[in-house]
Amino acid sequence: MAKSLFQKVWDAHAVRNLANGQTQLLIGTHLIHEVTSPQAFGMLRDLGLKVLMPHRTFATVDHIVPTDRFDEPYSDPLAQAMIQELRKNCDEFGITFFDRHSGKQGIVHIVGPEQGITQPGTTIACGDSHTSTHGAFGAIAFGIGTTQIRDVLATQTMALGRLKVRRINVDGKLRPGVYAKDVILHIIRTLGVNGGTGYAYEYAGSTFDAFTMEERMTVCNMSIEGGARVGYVNPDETTFAYLKGRPYSPKGKAWDEAVERWRSFASDEGCAYDDVVNIRAEDIAPTVTWGINPGQGISILETIPDPASAKAPDEKSSIEEALAYMKLKPGAPIKGTKIDVAFMGSCTNGRLSDFQEVAKYLKGRRVAPGVKAIAVPGSQGVGALCASLGIDQVFRDAGFEWREAGCSMCLAMNPDKLIGDQLCASSSNRNFKGRQGSPTGRTILMSPLMVAAAAVTGQVSDAREVFEVEELVEV
Amino acid sequence: MSLEKITQVAGRAVYVPGNDIDTDRIIPARFMKCVTFDGLGEFLFYDVRKNADGTDKPHPLNEPRFKGATILLSGANFGCGSSREHAPQAIQKYGFRAMVAENFAEIFFGNCTTLGIPCATASREDIAKIAAAIEANPQTEVVVDVAKQEIRFGGQSVKATVRDAARDALVNGRWDAIGELLEGKDAVLRTAGKLPYLAA
Ligand code: SF4
Repeated sequence: MAKSLFQKVWDAHAVRNLANGQTQLLIGTHLIHEVTSPQAFGMLRDLGLKVLMPHRTFATVDHIVPTDRFDEPYSDPLAQAMIQELRKNCDEFGITFFDRHSGKQGIVHIVGPEQGITQPGTTIACGDSHTSTHGAFGAIAFGIGTTQIRDVLATQTMALGRLKVRRINVDGKLRPGVYAKDVILHIIRTLGVNGGTGYAYEYAGSTFDAFTMEERMTVCNMSIEGGARVGYVNPDETTFAYLKGRPYSPKGKAWDEAVERWRSFASDEGCAYDDVVNIRAEDIAPTVTWGINPGQGISILETIPDPASAKAPDEKSSIEEALAYMKLKPGAPIKGTKIDVAFMGSCTNGRLSDFQEVAKYLKGRRVAPGVKAIAVPGSQGVGALCASLGIDQVFRDAGFEWREAGCSMCLAMNPDKLIGDQLCASSSNRNFKGRQGSPTGRTILMSPLMVAAAAVTGQVSDAREVFEVEELVEV
Repeated sequence: MSLEKITQVAGRAVYVPGNDIDTDRIIPARFMKCVTFDGLGEFLFYDVRKNADGTDKPHPLNEPRFKGATILLSGANFGCGSSREHAPQAIQKYGFRAMVAENFAEIFFGNCTTLGIPCATASREDIAKIAAAIEANPQTEVVVDVAKQEIRFGGQSVKATVRDAARDALVNGRWDAIGELLEGKDAVLRTAGKLPYLAA
């Protein structure tokens, strides 16, 4: 019988059925970071348990690290305590830790793929909701809670109910100036922030076939913003080419065998899906959010929604709440909204190609006066690649601060924070109230090039105009 | 490991209205800097409960009449956002033992169940009825009956749903899976042996 990738990976990792009807699922790869793991190790110790397969857990530190300095102790004693706790735990339980001086540290969802740890046909768990990122490789990757981290550490498994699978086909060629980020913002806007509850999203179609791994990761990353705990793309030649030669990728004869096995996990032609959605690539425009959840998005050419034209009372009140918080006017164009901060980075858009694409256009441009612009590579690996290509210098010359790897301003756990009601043009994934560190701080999500356009103009702008994208492409 | 069988939770309730209450709102990220969960309760809903200077904002949890409530009522899509268990932990450490909402975000729901916090869903109308009853008399005893899937309060009863797997886990004392998972060790090693990428 024809099966989807989800089914195949699930079946290969299902250990047994549990009394409550859930499955005990083997988690082949476990990733941990400093925020959600210390409590799990605490529970483990309380129960007197050991880590069953220490070689299948990998650790890095990302959320709390300051990005403007390297030396310890950090000015925040709690941050220092967290990194030390992780060191201690990894040491005690024999877990590989990509520490800050390893040259490999970075955001967990960037490090895994970069090191070749993330592989097709595997199950991956991490105490972080953006674990769906790893699905770009044809893995089933779950965000889990701290208690489940304990379960995975102690048993290399967790209890889980099977998900339904929705296939999302995006076909055609994206218009110039439209990126993977716009694709996922468009999908979330179309299907809603809860649209994916209970589903794994299988992204497919000619647009995804043509995507690089980094573009696929950007989309899979934000599956959770659409309510889907898991998002994946079937593995293909692009996947294998990316993995070849990475530190943890199989080598020699084992590589050929692995590729053959990986290929076999791709969804079979004609397999059944619980739902299918079709989207045309040409319908997708540069998309920005205007509200306080990632589904509140519009094309850069649209106007800010008016609660008066809401279809349901619910929708009306949520628009009102969002506009009050964002201090935006209904009916006004989103284009031209003044910004205070531009943030380029995060596990959504903090990879080499993100910086590379922006650098192409940023040369010779300057960040607008009064705008604080920071660019934060997602990992030390990305930082080193950018440096070797002179990309960091392009950003610096334009007036961006170029930082050390970490989550930075994606969330408020390190010194990079919004102040007061500052408005941030951000390449990250969440625009929730207070997300970027100030309880009244405001976030507009967009693609990296749109962030750059906002940075140089001081307002939310259409990158295609600011950087004459169409023309450049037509030449 | 034997766990409590959670068939029902009875106590006073408080209604925190709103849809899409996300994990950042439940526990702002800056309070997640901790190496244990102890003490998280006091930061529950911090930014909507407190002004920058630490004084109280108007919020149901700040009202003396709702102090000591053990059941939290809210709107749709409660707990959306991050997978952080700090959110249900903060709710539990604050003193809540059960939740009622129109629906819950997936990861949040799972995290709550694992902590033994039943998350019951009820219709908006029924939640409004419960909210009205506790507004009229904050002392009203509310019973979230997990086994019977109903909520009783002030002589009324409304239908509630606790999803099958979660209900089964709660009422049979299997809401924390670790015991059963540990028992499966031999089967785990057998399955792992068939997957080349797990070789040490
Ligand atoms: S970059 Fe943001 S979303 Fe990604 S792991 Fe870090 S905090 Fe989470």
